[in-house]
Amino acid sequence: MTGVRTYGPTIVLAIVLSPVVLFAQKPLGIGRAATPEEIKKIDIDVRPDGAGLPEGRGTFAEGAKVYATKCQSCHGPNGQGASAERLVDRESGKNWDFATNAKLVKTVGNYWPYATTLFDYTNRAMPFMQPGTLTPDETYSLVAYILALNKIVPEDAVMDRASLPKVAMPSKDRFVIDNRKGGKVVK
Amino acid sequence: MERLKSISRRRMLAAGTAGIVGAAWPVAGQNPDQAARPKVPADPTKVQGPLATDVGARSPFERPKRVSLGDRRTSSLTPLQDLDGIITPADLHFERHHGGVPAIDPKQYSLLIHGMVDRPLVFTIDDLRRFPGKSIIRSMECSGNGGRVYRREGNQTDLTPQQIDGLTSTSEWTGVPLATLLREAGASPKATWFLAEGSDAAVMTRSIPIAKAWEDALIAYGQNGEALRPEQGYPVRLFLPGVEGNASVKWLRRIELADQPFMTREETAKYTDPLPDGTARIFSLDMDAKSLITEPSFPDKLTGPGWWEIRGIAWSGRGKITRVDISADNGRTWTPAKLDDPVLPKCHTRFRLPWEWKGGDAVLASRATDETGYVQPTYEVLLAARGPSTAYHFNNIRAWKVNADGTVKFAGGL
Repeated sequence: MTGVRTYGPTIVLAIVLSPVVLFAQKPLGIGRAATPEEIKKIDIDVRPDGAGLPEGRGTFAEGAKVYATKCQSCHGPNGQGASAERLVDRESGKNWDFATNAKLVKTVGNYWPYATTLFDYTNRAMPFMQPGTLTPDETYSLVAYILALNKIVPEDAVMDRASLPKVAMPSKDRFVIDNRKGGKVVK
Repeated sequence: MERLKSISRRRMLAAGTAGIVGAAWPVAGQNPDQAARPKVPADPTKVQGPLATDVGARSPFERPKRVSLGDRRTSSLTPLQDLDGIITPADLHFERHHGGVPAIDPKQYSLLIHGMVDRPLVFTIDDLRRFPGKSIIRSMECSGNGGRVYRREGNQTDLTPQQIDGLTSTSEWTGVPLATLLREAGASPKATWFLAEGSDAAVMTRSIPIAKAWEDALIAYGQNGEALRPEQGYPVRLFLPGVEGNASVKWLRRIELADQPFMTREETAKYTDPLPDGTARIFSLDMDAKSLITEPSFPDKLTGPGWWEIRGIAWSGRGKITRVDISADNGRTWTPAKLDDPVLPKCHTRFRLPWEWKGGDAVLASRATDETGYVQPTYEVLLAARGPSTAYHFNNIRAWKVNADGTVKFAGGL
């Protein structure tokens, strides 16, 4: 055991002085500071609390025009679906038997829990062949149009950064956090 | 065993039976390979072979292929029946993308980490490679894998392992732990989630509990010893061991720390699991334990009674596989299979069991158990828990029917 004691101070000294060990404890100074401008350029996400929503506004009437020219060829008239998915249908999902009724189609109206998601996704990924090209006003208009067709907001509603986060989606409370943890019980 | 599915199978080619090569097999979405049989010298010891090459290629006798189901080609499946061991060749790793495969110049690439951090930072590829790195062998599975057989859509007997469960693959992934980058940026202790965002046309985004970053999330730039393949996220992807594939965002451009999930379209409208009680699981990230016999499988034909090796893969998103049981009598009796080393957590594990086929009908099935004690369920058990039209996570027991004539058909589950 005396041998261990002899080596002890050496080991302690190595930990204190070794650049290799220090390397792992503090920031390494790799990478460069991000500027506010470059963050703003790609920080496009929109959260349920409205954080990230841009200035701008839109209505059902404006949305109907944008939809006709930029969305309808894939999503069909009135959001009823065509080559791309159906967006409008609140009624057929009201019993929420998605797990047992294979014919049910999930739509914005009967399934999506947050209205802000509709803005975020439309803004980042639509129209499919020209992704990321809609203006904030166009996106707010499309959101107003789709939400009104789903009877979630009235046709005279104005969607903007203040009103959109307040829209209550009918299915929000249906979503539950994953309770699977492994173990013997299959959930 | 005759492997009718592809001329790539070495056993079949060794037999040199041209009649089998030309045989038609009615598998939806696949076509018989019509390529001419490669010409080789009658005696390779009597002629000098070709010299060294810059980039190798498979033997022309071996032609494993991914297949896409449907005509939209937004995914392709790994030919599980053509693979040995646990590593998936990078060019056969399954694909799933929502806006095609973007072309990215690594010199133009950067990764931004911001949000609830002390120091928002930008990293180049060279920066990421400078950090202390790590390599891990882990599997990935799309949570939609197996949906076609769970929902019992279309033909349910003439299906290959690839067509049933080909949205899972294994690679050695190399990169820097996300935890290292969080420390570098000074992550706030109040941050509970992070957003990962890709630079594809879908600008794919998922929210992940930050505990996963501290546990084992990897910012990966390497796959099986080389740079990531474009369809796997070149030049940099997030890799989340054990988690549904969609969350391992490819072509990663941005990570944002927050104190709440962002509720993106994928994690709300799509990758959620409706349940029979009228609710839906959200952030159901972990992949439950699963196994699949890959040999014998459709469209194999056993050439005669005697000893055959039952082979397959088992995996769990929650840790290591601890056992795989095999039944050759439709689930009446079960025998533990041998697990090949290495048995790694959250990774395909190769299992094997010698089996004497007496020549009559037999139903083969495999059942995986993981280190949490979870046992791969039957279809009926999973159906009761999830309902017939739930959307993701299909890990029920798979079975194969061996007929008296040696043909093998998919038999659904037990």
